[in-house]
Amino acid sequence: MLRRLGIRTLVLLASVLVASIIDFLVMAVVPGSPAQVTLGIGATPDAVAELEQQMGLNRALPVQYLDWIGGVVRGDFGNSYSSRQPISADLLDRFSVTLWLVLGGMILSLLIAIPLGVIAAVRHRKLSGILISGVSQVGVAIPAFLAGLLLVSFFALRWGWFPPNGYVVPADDPVQFVRHLALPWIALGVVQGAVLTRYVRSAVLDEMGQDYLRTARSKGLRPLQALMRHGLRNAAVPVLTVLGVQLVTLMIGAVVIERVFTIPGIGSMLTDAVANRDLITVQGIVFVLVVFALLVSFLVDVLYLAIDPRLRTR
Amino acid sequence: MTTSLEKAPTGPAPTHDGRRIGPLVYIGGGIVVLVAIVGVISFFWTPYDPGFTDTSLAKAGPGVGGHLLGTDRLGRDIASLLMAGARTTLYVGIVAVGIAALVGTPLGILAAMVPRRWSEFLMRGTDIMLAFPALLLALMFAAIWGGGITTSMLAIGIASIPSFIRVVRAGALVVLAQDYIPAARVAGRRPFAIAWTHVLPNVLGLVIVQASVSYAIAILAEAGLSYLGFGAGLTTASWGLMLQESQVTLGTDPLITVWPAAAIALAVVGFNLLGDGLRDRFDPRLAGR
Repeated sequence: MLRRLGIRTLVLLASVLVASIIDFLVMAVVPGSPAQVTLGIGATPDAVAELEQQMGLNRALPVQYLDWIGGVVRGDFGNSYSSRQPISADLLDRFSVTLWLVLGGMILSLLIAIPLGVIAAVRHRKLSGILISGVSQVGVAIPAFLAGLLLVSFFALRWGWFPPNGYVVPADDPVQFVRHLALPWIALGVVQGAVLTRYVRSAVLDEMGQDYLRTARSKGLRPLQALMRHGLRNAAVPVLTVLGVQLVTLMIGAVVIERVFTIPGIGSMLTDAVANRDLITVQGIVFVLVVFALLVSFLVDVLYLAIDPRLRTR
Repeated sequence: MTTSLEKAPTGPAPTHDGRRIGPLVYIGGGIVVLVAIVGVISFFWTPYDPGFTDTSLAKAGPGVGGHLLGTDRLGRDIASLLMAGARTTLYVGIVAVGIAALVGTPLGILAAMVPRRWSEFLMRGTDIMLAFPALLLALMFAAIWGGGITTSMLAIGIASIPSFIRVVRAGALVVLAQDYIPAARVAGRRPFAIAWTHVLPNVLGLVIVQASVSYAIAILAEAGLSYLGFGAGLTTASWGLMLQESQVTLGTDPLITVWPAAAIALAVVGFNLLGDGLRDRFDPRLAGR
């Protein structure tokens, strides 16, 4: 068990290292130089050379990489090319905003998917079960940002129940915080919930065919009781994988959702940086998002060990 | 996260006997063909020129002034824009999925045939690549080269390679566990010949399934990128771009937003259903169910 955990941790660290090199190299192959991009096409070669000197871009690539990653490890992502301000402070604020957005959507999707998925599986031959499966199929097709646009159109602009966009810090005004995030949460939660419902349903259906559940029922447990007491833990294993993938999808998808609702999260920070050709900021944000993805996949694997005792002995 | 794929080689033989093509394939395939036909027709004919603006007839409702689905805020015919947008969707999807399939399929077969430590290396590589999804990679490319259709297609294509590698490798492992593979080896066939004549034809079904699923993802990524302003240029008709432009009139004329949204959803449903239906037919792990 400890050995497995140790190996998995090493794999995580190696993956982060390789990902950081990919991130750095992709941003380093820019035609011309970042200094040229920052100053625009009309800049004189002297001005470009001077800025390159300032940014440290005239050094060898490995030196530049080590300088950058060394700073990142200490929590310093460097200074933005466009605003010349330190990136780190902004990055942390923006990340926390997106985390509120994504976690809220995630919780809502679980609240929708677990009960509906279980019902759809238990009653899979009855009308209610078929109905849930059918509706979830439609939800799968509609990406969250489309749902967001339609929600804004009706619930914010037409009926005025919620503000159409913006963000309020929870510490300032908790009620306004929830009101502003309600529509984005619903957009993310309902769409992801629909996707998740299908996976919960098929995982539970798989378990329902197992011998141990027949045994449990033959001792006199009702189908739902047997499932609750013995089946859910087993059904959780495949669902957990999907949850991990979804969390990462939500985090990246936040880029688009934040544009729909003008939420100042890490996604809108990324799109602003891309529009400004602020390469060092893009590089930093990409690194944070990629590490987040790798960490989630690591945590999913660790949780497997906790849920499924068979994996611990191997 | 690869545990479910590792079990593949012990699965049942990949016989397709008795597994028919279900209704999902017809429904999904019908939608896909419809989108394709509309896209092709748009090259020769659209009700109006999709770029023609008529500000005197802006934001007209469906049917007004001969505009079947109405006009947008610049007075452009929505039906014509949707038709021309289908073209962009098809083009981006074909190139992106083509890149992914052409690179991912051989790599997947390779991963199944090379010694374990090499395949382990390759699969860890795909794990890391999966941490760079299409949208993220496309934004990185947009920061370097500026946005546009070409960078979007390239990014979406590269980001879709890992899923092809995984699916093809799992399928190839099942094929390689068959008795005729050692027989072919004993008969003196080279690994490349085995890969070409035995493995590739047997995993092609899986490649088609994955292509269908990846196509749906590519449509969503293109729409998202164009919506953000990093995809199709302003002179190209694109469903994502229509969404972005319609956001101004969202409060007064939500229908202008609903049309491209419905088009995107329909195309995604089509490719997803087609993929689901074909998977029932082709996935060896589902054999006998």
